[in-house]
Amino acid sequence: MRKSFSFSSVATVLGFAFLYAPIVSLIIFSFNESKLVTVWAGFSTKWYVKLFQDPQILGAAWISLKIAFISASLAIILGTLAAYVLVRFRRFLGKNLLSGMITAPLVMPDVIIGLSLLLLFISMESLFGWPAGRGLTTIIIAHTTFCMAYVAVVVQSRLGDMDESLEEAALDLGAKPVRVFFDITLPVISPALVSGWLLSFTLSLDDLVIASFVSGPGASTLPMVIFSKVRLGVSPDINALATIIIVIVALGVLVAATKMKPEKGY
Amino acid sequence: MATNPQSKVSGAIANGAKPWITHDQEPFIKISNLTKKFGDFTAVDNVSLEIYREELFCLLGGSGCGKSTLLRMLAGFEAPTSGKIEIDGQDMSGVAPFDRPTNMMFQSYALFPHMSVEKNVAYGLLRDGVSKNDAYSQVNEMLKLVQLEDFGKRKPDQLSGGQRQRVALARSLIKRPKLLLLDEPLGALDKKLREETQFELINIQESLGVTFIVVTHDQEEAMTLSTRIGVMNEGEIVQVGEPREVYEFPQSRFVADFIGSVNIFEGRVSDDAIDYVRIKSEDANCEIHVSHGVSCTENQKLWFAIRPEKMTVTHKKPHKTKLAKFNWISGIVDEIAYQGNLSVYRIKLESGKVVRITKSNRLRHDEDEITWDDKVYVSWEDTAGVVLTQ
Amino acid sequence: MSKTMGHKPQQGLLGWFKRRGRTLVIAIPFWWLMVFFLIPFAVVFKISFAEAIIARPPYSQLFTFAENGVVQIKLVIANYGYLLEDSLYISAYWSSIKIAFVSTLITLLVAYPMAYYIARSPLRRRNVLLMLIILPFWTSFLLRVYAWIGILKTNGIINNVLMWLGITNEPFVMMQTDFAVYVAIVYTYLPFMVLPLFTNLVKLDQSLLEASNDLGANSLTTFFKITLPLSVPGIIAGSMLVFIPVVGEFVIPALLGGPDTLMIGKVLWNEFFSNRDWPVASAVAIVMLVLLVIPIMLLRNAQNASHEEGA
Repeated sequence: MRKSFSFSSVATVLGFAFLYAPIVSLIIFSFNESKLVTVWAGFSTKWYVKLFQDPQILGAAWISLKIAFISASLAIILGTLAAYVLVRFRRFLGKNLLSGMITAPLVMPDVIIGLSLLLLFISMESLFGWPAGRGLTTIIIAHTTFCMAYVAVVVQSRLGDMDESLEEAALDLGAKPVRVFFDITLPVISPALVSGWLLSFTLSLDDLVIASFVSGPGASTLPMVIFSKVRLGVSPDINALATIIIVIVALGVLVAATKMKPEKGY
Repeated sequence: MATNPQSKVSGAIANGAKPWITHDQEPFIKISNLTKKFGDFTAVDNVSLEIYREELFCLLGGSGCGKSTLLRMLAGFEAPTSGKIEIDGQDMSGVAPFDRPTNMMFQSYALFPHMSVEKNVAYGLLRDGVSKNDAYSQVNEMLKLVQLEDFGKRKPDQLSGGQRQRVALARSLIKRPKLLLLDEPLGALDKKLREETQFELINIQESLGVTFIVVTHDQEEAMTLSTRIGVMNEGEIVQVGEPREVYEFPQSRFVADFIGSVNIFEGRVSDDAIDYVRIKSEDANCEIHVSHGVSCTENQKLWFAIRPEKMTVTHKKPHKTKLAKFNWISGIVDEIAYQGNLSVYRIKLESGKVVRITKSNRLRHDEDEITWDDKVYVSWEDTAGVVLTQ
Repeated sequence: MSKTMGHKPQQGLLGWFKRRGRTLVIAIPFWWLMVFFLIPFAVVFKISFAEAIIARPPYSQLFTFAENGVVQIKLVIANYGYLLEDSLYISAYWSSIKIAFVSTLITLLVAYPMAYYIARSPLRRRNVLLMLIILPFWTSFLLRVYAWIGILKTNGIINNVLMWLGITNEPFVMMQTDFAVYVAIVYTYLPFMVLPLFTNLVKLDQSLLEASNDLGANSLTTFFKITLPLSVPGIIAGSMLVFIPVVGEFVIPALLGGPDTLMIGKVLWNEFFSNRDWPVASAVAIVMLVLLVIPIMLLRNAQNASHEEGA
């Protein structure tokens, strides 16, 4: 096995270098004095200052955070319901269809989801008057829809691993089904709920294409603002933004990793 | 059975009563023509059973025989396809598990991992609306009963397998259910622990006076624990009886073979009278005389079942006075397994059939010790075996 | 949770909820997805048969009272026919599939040794490595693609380093090329390939490999004859998780590709935002969907198979 071992370990090191080089470059050049992001001209934090003084970016960031929070929360509810129903209910009308609908968004190209939802919203508006115009509401609906697919995957996996007799034992001891869900099922799957929520939050925060299709005037999300800026070329305040995000994520992952150490897979 | 002065029911089983014989009590659990089908597959086939109060009844069978499905129907996790279950006179049709007077102890113990031992055991009481103080004081008593009184604050993953089993037992008993259902309760324990726990289980059952139904595939366990055993095969109950009865008087080759080990000789009736029957068997190469009558037709095919410990192996030809012609064969010792307390002999008979005989090693030094390739005689009493018609 | 026993009807409102509870719980996610995921496709389908007009919304109604059957049939062909006539679209579809296919292959080749190494690592190291693979995924996709602009552009990092090292005098043109698109796709989709591969490889029974060695095969043979075939489900799952979304990818060709980098996602976007031709954009989307149906089925099969194994 020695030969395979050294080949794959070299490949792994190179792979990680490849994976992290761009991230590192983003961080380094966020501190670059010069506007030319690729020539080092001295250490400076001016781009961070500029970032925090830019109302467009700050406004868009706030909107994106709001949308992400609400979408993730809605997605966790809908996704968990879907997962529960698919795993625990043996047969019901439409099970296959639900199963297909909950996995398709995972791979569906964003342009298709974006276009189709926009056309739906327009048709609905002309038929029922709602949603009136596009903006936060329509983006939230769109994000919730594709995020719930991710939540469902994560929760389904955890539900499948869980010992079903835990729920039966609770029923047997006198708890009604709804009680069992909140007393037993939810606590046992809680790690999946947390990771599902975080995943949804991240995906919502990061979405460009779908938001572009279903958004409206006055509802520019952070990715939309970033995209319009970087289309014109490199912009160091974007590097600053990227660095901040990277640091937050890295801290978050570290915290999660240390919390998960005493994990016993029950 | 040990006498139990605490037992509330005067004709209690713990005091030696046998209501399945005397019929002086109404059956506490009545299962009538219960069937469960999953699509084309029939898991439980027209089962009827009567179980009395305070019995420790074992459903014994191999995997796939339907015993677990039957248990789950009693608990309310499966709805019968047809048939009825009555507990203490109450029809359980359409009654959900949380409304039944039953509790179940699961094979995997199913302890709630995010709750402490105390909270686990208190869960059922709290669902019934018992106040927190009352519930937790009952929990303490129950934990004392299962010898876990210092473990209340621990979580299940901090306990050993045997400790978890006791928590599961405590949790299922604390509501004093009319019926406790146990699914392979001792399966996960190692041999020594299993033996100790078997007796603990009996003691707890007797002192609390709860009716138990235990599902198991381990026939030794069933024999030790039960007041009565119900042997199941392919969804049906094939025999019900006290352990001794099922062991000594199996009613079919299946039961004879399933419980303990047995030697079975095939043959045909040669002489049939009121108080005896004789079987001519090629396997045995002798005529078998059994001193009880059997209702059968002329020349019917029958089987003679005899337990290994009921046969004797000797070097000398057995001499009897009365039935000198019957119930002995000669053979050669093929294998011996020395197991410490007993020895197992495999004897190849003249007919070619191999029989299994066990002999307790009572004597430290046996002068007539039997060894490999000895020519020996195998014999048995005329009351030693049973005749089977199926 | 088994279905509740159903012989005695429950009374009152609570009983209604108990009976309907199950249906309600199924209905909520079901109808949400029907309305906001499935029905939109029907709407796109309908609009792909409409005509682009100057109006709000910029497409004609299919059913007007003065309906002319002949006219409608003409419209149907018009948008899809347009797709067939204009070589732009056919090239774009073809090019998207080609790029998706090639980049999936490259990603597979890069990801496999990494997944293999991680799967064979001791538990501690394995968890750290997995965390490192997933970490970039949690940072912004858009920003990571943006990072490549700075790296690949003509006065970007790579060119500056190469020229500083004296390896070359003329900078390489890497931005606005297909090459940049490939690099960025492999870069961003790498975790999607590594994880399914890893999940599959980690379940590989070590004793199979030992048996193979014991029977005389060397490492390479063992790999090709045992490990590789057994990892096929993981390969398929990972490949589909990369291929399908990449076909419709927009951001990467928009930021890093050139005007002749034809990808159907970009075409759809332009059709919609620049040309304001919604019916044609719809037709483009429908055809894209049709093309992706087979890979999606493959992925479902692979997922179902792994669920049966106990993923």
